[in-house]
Amino acid sequence: MIPIFQTEYRKDATNRKIFMDRTFDAPLENVWNAWTNKDTLDLWWAPEPWKTNTKSIQFETGGHWHYAMKGPNGQCHWLIVKYISVEQQKQFHGKDSFCDEQGNAVTGFPGKEWKVTFTAVEDMTRVKVELTFESEQQMTQLIEMGFEKGFARAHTNLDEILKKQE
Amino acid sequence: MINMKKDIFQAIADPTRRAILTLLTLQAMTPNTIAEHFNSTRQAVSKHIKMLAECKLVKQEYSGREIYYHLNSKELKGLDTWLDQFRKHWDGRFNQLDEVLRNSKATKK
Repeated sequence: MIPIFQTEYRKDATNRKIFMDRTFDAPLENVWNAWTNKDTLDLWWAPEPWKTNTKSIQFETGGHWHYAMKGPNGQCHWLIVKYISVEQQKQFHGKDSFCDEQGNAVTGFPGKEWKVTFTAVEDMTRVKVELTFESEQQMTQLIEMGFEKGFARAHTNLDEILKKQE
Repeated sequence: MINMKKDIFQAIADPTRRAILTLLTLQAMTPNTIAEHFNSTRQAVSKHIKMLAECKLVKQEYSGREIYYHLNSKELKGLDTWLDQFRKHWDGRFNQLDEVLRNSKATKK
């Protein structure tokens, strides 16, 4: 029997935050590894039909995760998560932003902060995610167009920004 | 369009404006009635109402000489639509993670 888990979502638009709460049917160690190990991250992080390709990851306080999101039509966009703090198998706190292939953050494009906590509940694991958006515009861009289109638009914007920096 | 929507967040970011929206869930009100609920000046309150009207969170209706403000629930729903999209995206991602975790369990056994 496979239990079905629902994700609980709560938004706090005033503070530009979204909260997610989800339980996974696996021990804490496995879930932690899935969020922190590049081979596993690459398997699930990208929303279908996109793929994730990790270039480098140092999962530790002050470290980063530099990866590419590859689209079905050959799109390729680089992102970087900087880990502000990491507490093994408990929580991590990071900040993501778009970047180039060398990992230089793209200025002028808002990122968001991530706080992710992991708690063992018997032999399962509860994961809570708190996302804080940097700007109202970032949130509203998504309202206006829906997530997928917002994502595509974000990438179009990114293309333009990167072109200007060349 | 984007700028107009941007104002929705600015609008609800302010506690007075949130209180005005809450008041209007009870019933439509004239600017004077709204202002009576606050310690700030009538002028300050009317500035807040103006901003809410500009991003269409409230609508004006005339009844004789009086203007009444109503909640525009359609615009407020826009905020929920966004969360629905967000939810779809993350549900997909977490279901993929379920799959990965199931597979890693299977290979260990």
